[in-house]
Amino acid sequence: MNQTMKSFWAGVRAESPLLVGVFPFGLIYGALALSAGLSPAAAQMMSSIVFAGSSQFVATQLIHDSTPGLVIVLTIGVVNLRHMLYSASVAPYIEHLPMRWKVLLAYVLTDEAYAATIIHYEEEGFTPTSHWFFLGAGLALWTTWQVSSALGIFLGAAIPSSWPLDFAAPLTFIALVVPVCKDKPVVAAALSAGIVALLAYSLPFKLGLILAALVGILIGTVFENRNSPREVL
Amino acid sequence: MNIWLVMLLGGALTFGMRLSFIYLFGRFEIPALVKQALRFVPPAVLSAIIAPALFMPNDTLDLSWSNYRLLAGVVAILVAWRTKNTLLTIVAGMAALLVLQVVFR
Repeated sequence: MNQTMKSFWAGVRAESPLLVGVFPFGLIYGALALSAGLSPAAAQMMSSIVFAGSSQFVATQLIHDSTPGLVIVLTIGVVNLRHMLYSASVAPYIEHLPMRWKVLLAYVLTDEAYAATIIHYEEEGFTPTSHWFFLGAGLALWTTWQVSSALGIFLGAAIPSSWPLDFAAPLTFIALVVPVCKDKPVVAAALSAGIVALLAYSLPFKLGLILAALVGILIGTVFENRNSPREVL
Repeated sequence: MNIWLVMLLGGALTFGMRLSFIYLFGRFEIPALVKQALRFVPPAVLSAIIAPALFMPNDTLDLSWSNYRLLAGVVAILVAWRTKNTLLTIVAGMAALLVLQVVFR
């Protein structure tokens, strides 16, 4: 197997533990979208057009509540603001690639693909085929999301509402965050973001999430620079 | 607004944000402070999603013993801390929630 394919499959493998959490999330999305009144075709297409789990859940809920279309679009934008930060984070590693690669990788830049890829970049550094790792992780997630959405739409109301499948999403995030809490600034960032998310939960359009993330990032950065402020400024 | 138009606009907006800095990188210098801050993006964003899911399962703060999602979340955090294993963390957290729901129904 050549180096390109090795990197691609390494990306698929790195992504696969995360897919265990994604799959039930997709099942739930499919079932919820149908019960909110979307047609099966629209529910399935949202998974490839928007392709961002939590915003799809929010959009489904808003469609169910007959929210005006423009508000739904803006809410999707706000919920997905964090992707700009992911975009800035991976940008230096794929700077050299042609535009068609950048467009393709931007399309698959989801929470879970980002999580697996940035760990790879930070640990292994830059290699000539590492964009194939990124693509492998991204396509593994894309495929899982499409299949699980389709299955959720198919099974629809047959899934008992007492099944706590939606809990798989926060569990996946716990599995990602806890291992990176290796130093005090990261712990401070995680804890402060969590606390602000609770305090600001009632803000509209999931703005509490954005605010909490920004406070966490700020506190982590300040914490890290406490001992060496001159190095940065 | 038509549901398909909502999806197309929402999708275009999401894709635009995902492409934003990938496209712009190299056209201007990202300040050192911003680069440093990026390390905190994943733990901050994900913690901001986790905390309400554990502490506010019904949209209000619930610190009681009957908040099984919080208890199961603590189990998952301990497993993640001890093992650093993604799959084991999800399975342990889900099993804890199911057991709590069945036993203390």
